[in-house]
Amino acid sequence: MKKIIDVKDLYTQFGANVVHAGLNFHINEGEIYGILGPSGCGKSTVLREMVMLQELSGGSIEIFGQDVTNISYDDAQELRKNWGVLFQGGALFSSLTLYENIALSLQEYTELDKNLISEIVAYKIDIVGLKPKDAYLYPSQISGGMKKKAALARALSLDPKLLFLDEPTSGLDPISAREFDKLILKLRDLLGLTVVMVSHDLKSIYDTLDRAAIIDNKIIVAQGKLDDIISMDNPFIQTFFKADI
Amino acid sequence: MLSKKKLSFTSSFANNRLDFSLTGEINLYTLVSFEKELESKLRNGSELSLNLDDITSIDSASAIYINKLEQTFVEKQLAFSLTCKNEQVLNTLKTVHVMHLDLEEFGYKQPSFLEKLGEDAILRMKKFVEFLSFFGQISYGFFYLFKHLRSLRYKEIFFEINENAIKAFGIVALTSFLVGVVMAYQSSVQLKIYGANIFIVDMLGISIFRELAPLLTAIVIAGRSGSSFTAQIGAMKITEELDAMRTMGFDPIAFLVIPRIIALMLMMPLLIFVSDVTGLLGGMLVANLDLGISTSLFLDRLNEVVAAKHFFVGIAKGPFFAFLIASIGIFRGLLVKDDTQSIGINTTKSVVESIFAVIVCDAVFSIIFTNVGI
Repeated sequence: MKKIIDVKDLYTQFGANVVHAGLNFHINEGEIYGILGPSGCGKSTVLREMVMLQELSGGSIEIFGQDVTNISYDDAQELRKNWGVLFQGGALFSSLTLYENIALSLQEYTELDKNLISEIVAYKIDIVGLKPKDAYLYPSQISGGMKKKAALARALSLDPKLLFLDEPTSGLDPISAREFDKLILKLRDLLGLTVVMVSHDLKSIYDTLDRAAIIDNKIIVAQGKLDDIISMDNPFIQTFFKADI
Repeated sequence: MLSKKKLSFTSSFANNRLDFSLTGEINLYTLVSFEKELESKLRNGSELSLNLDDITSIDSASAIYINKLEQTFVEKQLAFSLTCKNEQVLNTLKTVHVMHLDLEEFGYKQPSFLEKLGEDAILRMKKFVEFLSFFGQISYGFFYLFKHLRSLRYKEIFFEINENAIKAFGIVALTSFLVGVVMAYQSSVQLKIYGANIFIVDMLGISIFRELAPLLTAIVIAGRSGSSFTAQIGAMKITEELDAMRTMGFDPIAFLVIPRIIALMLMMPLLIFVSDVTGLLGGMLVANLDLGISTSLFLDRLNEVVAAKHFFVGIAKGPFFAFLIASIGIFRGLLVKDDTQSIGINTTKSVVESIFAVIVCDAVFSIIFTNVGI
């Protein structure tokens, strides 16, 4: 299987506080990979480091074979077009309608004509489960669940092969959360996506993840198939997965 | 490595049918070249046979385009055929469906001029009524707090005094000093012509005490504190801090609004006093250098010709200006809606409106004072 992301000896430090002391894991093409762990273990930090929002203190991260710690501006821009990121709060541009939010990268990066762009946007809006008339609403006019869906549609606007999700189901009601899980699975199959996800939601973890890495106390305490991880003897894993749901 | 695979085409035309085959990767970026090439080769009324056997990958945008192409051919009742060996490409083509987004369908109409005018007028009226209600809330808050002096937020008041007045002394002093210098310098040219050098004192004394110092201070404070009130409270509204405060029983009027208003109202006279002093200092400096009026002569003359009432009139305007600046700044902050642009718009408006309100208030004062003979 092709490695899409390869993290080697990742080391992160904020001031005197060491967050990661040598993380090693890789993510294969087409899988849904989870980065799990207790609060404050630096899950989101790993995600931010992968999408070049945060500098590493040491080690390297390769995405599509490209080392993101040592990359030229142009290559970085090119790489950014090949992934989509869904932020925890959606991070939709509040001054633009959903339509404009989704169409923005298409308008900036491609030479497609208006009609085709509007059809592409309509398709994206449809696959994430929004209604066409929602397209002309502003982010302040829609609910949290819709914001997540719209943000997902925006993340998918350039047909990326790689999708980063930061707590995709947080802030959603259980029904919407399950719907969102199904949506992620559907999109993975439909668009052949590789998905990297940080999550706390046990149900979502069981339902969607293929493989996962668990970060605890600065290192990866377990990684691999979810079933193998659950049976491991580690205090965090035991409390985390054995919690009643 | 990410390689940018190019898309290449071959085509042949026979029996009113275009055979068009593509090789490579068809995606958002290569789609345009495909579109152009096809258009240039396609003749009116000809049939199309698309060969995608050598396509390695396709994305949803291109799939939408090809589906749309098929639709237009079907509509024109022209033959359209598509061959493709690649399972994945076929799958993508199948899963994608053409959707239309029609602006007019959702009642998205451009309003007419009259509609806009009416809407605007009603909006403005509503804002004014809202401001009146806000004014009522503040007044109620004040009365309530005077009855329950213990619940007045002294800590916040002193914090705001430091933030909005003590830290503003420097800039108020500097601005006033410079205006004093400019005023004196400009008028000295005229006064010299008539040999009326000494009248610089009358002119500067009255204009700075009565008008310039209060207005200048108000403008600086409106730009400094009015805008920061709007931005702070607007950001608090976006992050739902205000709602959180309300649910916890911390009335935003008592916690955020009244301390800011009291702080500015208390400190404005002091700021105007600083402005008076530094403005005159600037004037005195120019009078000394340019007109040969010594400091002691300047001060003697000031004492002689400028009545104390001018000074007190200027100082007395302070609390009123302060109230206008603080209340408009906070009111605008509370009007911020749930998006980031709204903070910018409201901050701009708060500064413009508070300066305007201060000037109107000043005009009203001057009419009143003239009529009562002060």
